[in-house]
Amino acid sequence: MSIDVGHKARDFKSVGTRPIRPDGIDKVTGRARYGADFNMPGQLVSRILRSPHAHARIVRIDTKKAEALPGVKAVITWADLPDLTEGDAGLYDILDNCMARGTALYDGHAVAAVAAIDARTAREALKLIEIDYEILAHVTDVDAAIAPGAPLIHNDVFAKGVHPQPTTPSNLAERSEYGHGDVEAGFAEADAIVERTYRTEQTHQGYIEPHACVASVNSDGSGELWVCTQGHFAYRRFCAQLLGMDISRLRVTSSEIGGGFGGKTHVWGEPVALALSRKAGRPVKLVMSREEVFRGSGPTSATSIDVKIGASKDGTITAASATLRYSGGAYAGTWADLGAQTAFACYDLKHVKSVGYDVIVNRPKSAAYRAPSAPMAAFAVESAIDELAGKLGMDPLEFRIKNAAKEGTRSSYGPVFGPIGIGPTLDAAKAHPHMSAPLGKNQGRGVACGFWFNFGGQTCVDLNIGADGTVNVAVGTVDVGGSRASLSLVAAEELGISYDQVKAVVADTATLGYNDTTDGSRGTFSSSMAIIRAARNAIAVLRGRAAEMWDIPVEDVAWEAGHAKAVGAGHGNLAPLSLKEIAAGASKTGGPVAGHSELVADGAGVSFSTHICDVEVDPETGATRVLRYTVIQDAGKAVHPTYVEGQYQGGAVQGIGWALNEEYIYGKDGRLQNAGFLDYRIPVCSDLPMIDTQILEIPNPNHPYGVRGVGETSIVPPLAAVANAVSNAVGVRMTHVPVSPPRILAALDAERGD
Amino acid sequence: MAGIAVSSNVNGDHVEFLCQPEETLLDVLRDRLGLIGAKEGCGTGDCGACSVIVDGRLVCSCLVLGAEVEGSRVETVEGMALGDKLHPLQEKFLEHAALQCGICTPGLLMAAKDLLARNPDPTEEEIRFGLAGNLCRCTGYDKIVRAVQDAASVMKGTRP
Repeated sequence: MSIDVGHKARDFKSVGTRPIRPDGIDKVTGRARYGADFNMPGQLVSRILRSPHAHARIVRIDTKKAEALPGVKAVITWADLPDLTEGDAGLYDILDNCMARGTALYDGHAVAAVAAIDARTAREALKLIEIDYEILAHVTDVDAAIAPGAPLIHNDVFAKGVHPQPTTPSNLAERSEYGHGDVEAGFAEADAIVERTYRTEQTHQGYIEPHACVASVNSDGSGELWVCTQGHFAYRRFCAQLLGMDISRLRVTSSEIGGGFGGKTHVWGEPVALALSRKAGRPVKLVMSREEVFRGSGPTSATSIDVKIGASKDGTITAASATLRYSGGAYAGTWADLGAQTAFACYDLKHVKSVGYDVIVNRPKSAAYRAPSAPMAAFAVESAIDELAGKLGMDPLEFRIKNAAKEGTRSSYGPVFGPIGIGPTLDAAKAHPHMSAPLGKNQGRGVACGFWFNFGGQTCVDLNIGADGTVNVAVGTVDVGGSRASLSLVAAEELGISYDQVKAVVADTATLGYNDTTDGSRGTFSSSMAIIRAARNAIAVLRGRAAEMWDIPVEDVAWEAGHAKAVGAGHGNLAPLSLKEIAAGASKTGGPVAGHSELVADGAGVSFSTHICDVEVDPETGATRVLRYTVIQDAGKAVHPTYVEGQYQGGAVQGIGWALNEEYIYGKDGRLQNAGFLDYRIPVCSDLPMIDTQILEIPNPNHPYGVRGVGETSIVPPLAAVANAVSNAVGVRMTHVPVSPPRILAALDAERGD
Repeated sequence: MAGIAVSSNVNGDHVEFLCQPEETLLDVLRDRLGLIGAKEGCGTGDCGACSVIVDGRLVCSCLVLGAEVEGSRVETVEGMALGDKLHPLQEKFLEHAALQCGICTPGLLMAAKDLLARNPDPTEEEIRFGLAGNLCRCTGYDKIVRAVQDAASVMKGTRP
């Protein structure tokens, strides 16, 4: 049956309410099972040996002594993971990242693994593996890696996107370019120009749950994987391909997930655990330590970004350009490309150009981190916007309002915008009491805007109605922060029943059709779209059953407020049948009642946000305290407003951590020096004020309820909002995040000419 | 190596277990006693996800050896509810959506319980410093602080 998925204004009964999540009780009583909370009979414990060198050729690996240790059941190296990637370069990089194939490319790169009867034996076995390394020259800095004479990391990487394509390899993986108009002509029209280089340091997603899985491979080629992941279907495909298994014979169950933020969209140790299980003939549990999480998984790119923006005296931006260099870690990525696309998306620009350079360095493979690549680009652009407003003598908020993108604007990355929220978030910021609150000595206020595309993607759901009229919804998007509550609300809304009658669960890969990974803020957007369609399919079945119970034509049965109603002449005396009544009689009218849907959730509405931040900086120590913080963001339609607020607050605080404290610190030896939560300091409760939120609802025209993704945009503005606030507080423009105490003191010293 | 025999009281029940000298209390709770509520987020006492109360004192169970709790009284998140009646902190964490992924929740609940036992009427600042040893990466702490404030009011009897 054809279903219109376009948005229609309506009054909601369930959507927009704030019930308790269905999985909550298990999470406050300690019963929820995360990656490390599952065990299988006879399972072994595994540990991974990692390179202590930033760049080294593996001359020899000898595992004989480890294998001989009593209690050791399997030892593997890259030789146990044959290359089955058939020329797929991306897949080969995943394989190589899981276990170094001849050359360790970063400090923390896996080089061997063991499975043993207990943790003590596994640890002992790692010490018995002998490896001879030939240490190679390394480079960890994004700019140094593309400077002449830099150590070459791969001899088979020839920069893509450069014409003609170079014939000599380099650490430049790809150049990408976006924009329109003629920026040089635009700069010639400018009365004021700001041109600066900005830097951001590498940060980790910092999920509190380390990567964990239990893998079991049988001798008949079938297997199971229990794992904390944002994408169990993608993990299944990658693992099956890398191990030469049939996709349908590997069943992957996503555990409760203890945070992901993009970092659990990539496989890390899972193929290793499966290979160990296959070799040992027993289930294998693999849990990373926190140090391994920092050294061997995650982080996002470090960047170096040149921005130039010009404007005329009346405050109109005449041209904007950026050159963005992003580190991809030890493998080619597409991170600079995303930065180049998002950099100027908030603005309506006649002349705009952004060029991205994806750079390979001797650091862990860069992974997605919440609106990947957008926060760094926004930091650079929103800093320059603020400075340019100052040069023009304009209020920075008014300057942004004057140049904001709107419906019909051709975006800097290509598409023409539909109805969007950047203007409304700026207007709401202008009207917000936060903007007019007084500031004291050493205090400053910063504002910044942010954009994220949002994503939809392949989605499949099942909706099953039980004999008592209660409903199970099985989804394939992972619940990273309350989506089972919001998706239950949507099912209740569409069926016309109460939230209490619906329970959403996350299905495994063997019991539901394929779902793309839960990324791009797609979970609630795309699964709700599929649930609405599945519910409408179920309603068609329910109407048919009611027609049969009444013995009237199905065309004479309507569905209203959870009931079948007979409409038309001659049916006036038929009392409505509730969903529960129809379900109770289902065995006599055709059997189980269900609705299914599979779709590609196109039309994810783009998302915009404006943040306001007040800080106080201690000029003696350089320490910054966030005094007040406000997030204003368009949700399209907030399905469960409390969890929408939670996304706004959580993203803002991750951004505050990035802006003020968090960074990977490498020594000259190329080793990570702060691989732990003591020295890599994420925000704690006492660092922060309450995070105020304001939800705007500009309906997404491509979703039946107007929903837009809400999970990622909130991390885009904070780097700039905080840095602008600090710059205003200290009177010096800060161009390098984190704006940690040493950087603030250095900037103050430089200003004073010390 | 022969295990060390330990007898202890966990959530009001007498328990006996054997453990290796290097096994932490967290390992014992999770791997020997089947209490998976306490989580290992770091293993170095920096994240608080493994917080439990030993003899009235809030500790990171990853920094306590299993053999050390001989004769001690250990409280974990599994012992917070009385039968099917949730503790006010558990109720308020649910009501305020003070958890997103929930991995830090057991540790935060124990830290908040310990805080309110010592200070039944904490200010916002006292709550923030009282919970500063427990990392949460999802919520930005706002709703956690509100849940603890609300639970404190309930426990004092000033709110239903």
